[in-house]
Amino acid sequence: MWEIVISLPLLGLALMLQLAVFSRLNLLYGSADLLLLVLIAWSLQERVRWAWVWGLLAGLLVGYVSGLSWYVPLLGYLGVVGLAQALRRRVWQAPLLVMLLVTLAGTLLMHALSFVTLRLSGDPLPLGDSFNLITLPSMFLNLFIGLLIYPLLRDLSVWIYPPEVEA
Amino acid sequence: MKKFTPRSLQTFIIILIAVGLVLMALGGYFNAAATRLSGAFVDAQAWLSLRYLALVDFLTVPREVVSLRRENAELRAEVARLQGRVIQLEQQVSEAQVLAALVDFARTNPENEYLGANVIGRDPSPFLHYVIIDAGSNLGIRPGMPVVTEQGLVGRVEAVTSEAARVRLITDPASQVNVRLQRSNTEAILLGSITGELSLEMIPQDANVEIGDLVLTSGLGGGFPPNLLVGQVLNVRKLDYELFQQAVIQPTVDFSRLQYVLVITDFRPVNITPLLPGSTP
Repeated sequence: MWEIVISLPLLGLALMLQLAVFSRLNLLYGSADLLLLVLIAWSLQERVRWAWVWGLLAGLLVGYVSGLSWYVPLLGYLGVVGLAQALRRRVWQAPLLVMLLVTLAGTLLMHALSFVTLRLSGDPLPLGDSFNLITLPSMFLNLFIGLLIYPLLRDLSVWIYPPEVEA
Repeated sequence: MKKFTPRSLQTFIIILIAVGLVLMALGGYFNAAATRLSGAFVDAQAWLSLRYLALVDFLTVPREVVSLRRENAELRAEVARLQGRVIQLEQQVSEAQVLAALVDFARTNPENEYLGANVIGRDPSPFLHYVIIDAGSNLGIRPGMPVVTEQGLVGRVEAVTSEAARVRLITDPASQVNVRLQRSNTEAILLGSITGELSLEMIPQDANVEIGDLVLTSGLGGGFPPNLLVGQVLNVRKLDYELFQQAVIQPTVDFSRLQYVLVITDFRPVNITPLLPGSTP
């Protein structure tokens, strides 16, 4: 239950940081996606059960704030949560590796969804430049910041779900 | 009659010498010698006094180390506090300068009504060049209102909530602004890009475009008021086999450091969509 209670303030804080700080920290023309990283790191924690609620909330929050169509972040984040949870069950012994893998795939998924939606709505985005100048730098930033986010979310999950002590 | 003894004679002689010396001193015969003697005495006294004080210092310093350290820590804390205050004041001065420039701009362009707003964030998607400002419909902000700084055109309000609004920058890839080159009075279209570079398209081949030409909004299309400064021509590309010239524009606004903006609140954009070919029922 605590997992759901803290989701909104935590994701709200992450969104504020994203808008005020991370969107301004550019590598070439790409930027990190803090909410994506929080979602991935949270979904990979062992005892987390309500990660999809986090994905839903994050998608709605970003969809409300961003100029992207509201369903793009919603679909993207839910897809990333699903991917992270599916991989967690398969590669549970190397969580950091999975974190990097899902970050890579998640960034690609989010950017692909954004790109396709914007192109369909008539924005003249060149594919090559978009990939080289936005997606690749964003991926690098996400991988780097993801390594810092993962331990924080792991500590949070331990605080919410204390490990059971064997008698 | 009292007899002079050798002892009395000795005493008499000593007194005589003493009186003589006093008389000679009073007569000024010893002045030079007295001056030298007193100078030497003062020097010796000063030397002794200094050494004594140094010795006292040396002996008492260990007892004052604790108090000195405490005082040092207090002074360091004070310095840190004052440095923080200086940074805060410098920031306030910088903000005041920007605000003063905005106020000047509003005064020198009295044909429009302005509302100041802070830029509080950027769009989470790196594909979009949007900023979020802290003024919304509660303050009269409506979609379509142009946004400027004292340096020039920033963009246009795209979406509004009660307390905030989202502004599409002119550098956004989907942004199109009708502009004119001031010197040659040539119409063109200003386009954004994913890199934030601004380019001019649809410049007629016969137009005389030079580097440094000022670019202003033309007001065509009803999306922006006319004569808002946009930038300067940085580079011109003219090929004989193309229908139009192209130019790269250096914007006058530094979009990476947007902090405060002015929303032109009395401008109502004209929706010309029904007049465009193909949109009539």
